[in-house]
Amino acid sequence: MLREMVVTDLKVRYQNSVLGYIWSLLKPLFLFAILYIVFIFIIPLGKDVEHYPVYLLTGVVVWNFFTEATTMGTMSVVLRENLIRKISIPTFLIVLASQCAALINLGLNLIVIFIFSILNGIQPGVDWLLLVPLVVELFMLTFGISLFLSSFFVKYRDILYIWEIATQAGFYATPIIYPLMSVPSCLHKWFFINPMAQIIQDARYIIATKTSVNMWSTIHSAAVIIPFMMVSLVFVVGVVCFKQRSRFFAEDI
Amino acid sequence: MFQTTFEIFCRGYLAGMCENERAAIVVRGLHKDFTLPQSRNSSFQQSVINIAKKGKKLTQRVLDDISFEVNKGDFFGIVGKNGSGKSTLLKLIAGVYHPTKGHIKIHGSLTPFIELGVGFNPELSGRDNVYLNGVLLGFDRKQINDMYDEIVSFAELGPFMSQKLKNYSSGMQVRLAFSIVIKAKNDILIFDEVLAVGDEAFQRKCFDIFERYKAAGQTVVLVTHDMETVRKFCNRALLIDKGRIAKIGSPGEVADLYSMLNQNFTNREIESRNRKTVKGNAVIKHMACLDSEGNESGVFKVLSTLRFVLDFDDDKNLEAFAINLFKQSGEHITGFRVTLDAIHESRRNGSIVSDIPIKLAVGKYRFVIQKLADNNKPLGALVDGPEFLVVSDTRRGLPDWSGLIDIERSIYTRKNQEGYIQADG
Repeated sequence: MLREMVVTDLKVRYQNSVLGYIWSLLKPLFLFAILYIVFIFIIPLGKDVEHYPVYLLTGVVVWNFFTEATTMGTMSVVLRENLIRKISIPTFLIVLASQCAALINLGLNLIVIFIFSILNGIQPGVDWLLLVPLVVELFMLTFGISLFLSSFFVKYRDILYIWEIATQAGFYATPIIYPLMSVPSCLHKWFFINPMAQIIQDARYIIATKTSVNMWSTIHSAAVIIPFMMVSLVFVVGVVCFKQRSRFFAEDI
Repeated sequence: MFQTTFEIFCRGYLAGMCENERAAIVVRGLHKDFTLPQSRNSSFQQSVINIAKKGKKLTQRVLDDISFEVNKGDFFGIVGKNGSGKSTLLKLIAGVYHPTKGHIKIHGSLTPFIELGVGFNPELSGRDNVYLNGVLLGFDRKQINDMYDEIVSFAELGPFMSQKLKNYSSGMQVRLAFSIVIKAKNDILIFDEVLAVGDEAFQRKCFDIFERYKAAGQTVVLVTHDMETVRKFCNRALLIDKGRIAKIGSPGEVADLYSMLNQNFTNREIESRNRKTVKGNAVIKHMACLDSEGNESGVFKVLSTLRFVLDFDDDKNLEAFAINLFKQSGEHITGFRVTLDAIHESRRNGSIVSDIPIKLAVGKYRFVIQKLADNNKPLGALVDGPEFLVVSDTRRGLPDWSGLIDIERSIYTRKNQEGYIQADG
């Protein structure tokens, strides 16, 4: 069932567009191109960073997945209203399907990053496999947020607007366009409360440049578990909320 | 002491739970309340306002203390007027809603569908939708592959399967949905208003399928407005009115009661229509159906007598009336001509009174009047006359004829070629 739902999600999303699936690659690539032009030629923030294009692209792709997965996840339950009102199915599958659809896009985008890295002269290594646990962490984060938000979105349609603003703020609170090095180093540890910062910096460390600041080189205490705790907390709260509210989805929608 | 009381209680409770091993669906003391939409907070703004006034929540009781059982092999009908709670009950059985109070036990698997074409996506092709729908019914891809051709041929949509569903007519969509849903192999099947859409050929197909289910002893729960379907297929039926059970029993009794429930509505309808007729037509002043006591009525039992009264006014062109009786489904049952010369020499105002024995099948009928001039030329448009409902007389049992109308007949039987003896009937 999950598979059919994911396939439907993907098929429907790019209905009536000429390029279809390619858009899921073009969107982050264009955003990347814009950011690249701005930050190389206008405000040269990344001039000190080794392989800045790959560095930037990694951040953009990961962040793009984050916003896409959470937005689609939030809306997923309401979009499947016709199902929920008429058939008794495990509702979390609907949210999970939206996450999987986004995950497939992330996979495609990662392939683009790999190609890009190789063109940039980066040697792919075995340590790239470390991306797998990172993706798992990221997935848990977006799934948890999606469960939480979607369970409220059914009743309160304001959620999506609030979340849009929150992700806008998050885009700048997370080191995506600027390298963390350009921030005073005493502030670095505060950035890593944000799991997205940790994930993006780790991904950059793995793919782009070993000079990228990451949490492991910044924080040397037990506090390194904070982002993971955050992810677990979000996930658990999301699951609990969703479980409680999903009984009434059919009536509330 | 306490222990024994407790034991007795437990035993009684358990006996209550297991009282019927043949039960497929057991519903006990079911209540369902809905929070009224006005008081629902669909945005934070309203939510904040509501917290401020924190009044009691407005709820509406949609189902009130519903208990019944559906046995294995039952063809169970659920009928009721619009808004009576049928669909809510069905959604509760299907597990879409959760009961406010009471419980529902389902023994065996249940088609989760309460409507046709659930989950159909208009942007996908017919083919994709077959798979999507099939998966929701609990089939895996391989099983759907195996039955795909049958589904398509049953729906008679072979050439259209690669078209997007949004380009299908509504009839085609229903055909496709029904063709998939009948593949379901669940212990209990649920159909809600399946026959509402679809042409006659499709309805016949549905009936064939129902016939097959019935023969196979398949448990079916059917929600419908069509009393003839209930009479034909169901072995038990439930009438629900204003959220309460009005009747559980044989389909005949339930269908009659349902028709009676609609009577109030029908009478009102008739009155307003009669008024309209009188206004819009100067010649026909009044028309009415009277029962044996001379009261105006909209419901007649089979084999009772209906007195049709038509009061008319002067019209020098008026030569005769053609009084026609139509069934609601459109069949012209009968018609007769009343020449005014015969009853009223001066053609001044007067009345036509006709006693009509209700040797008619159960259903809804309507008089349609045509004024006629000389040489049977129609004079003016057709005039809608009163409507009435024919219900079966449960005390008398079934009439000894079937079909739309009883006809006069003489019947003889022959025994050992000795000659004919007139028989009863």
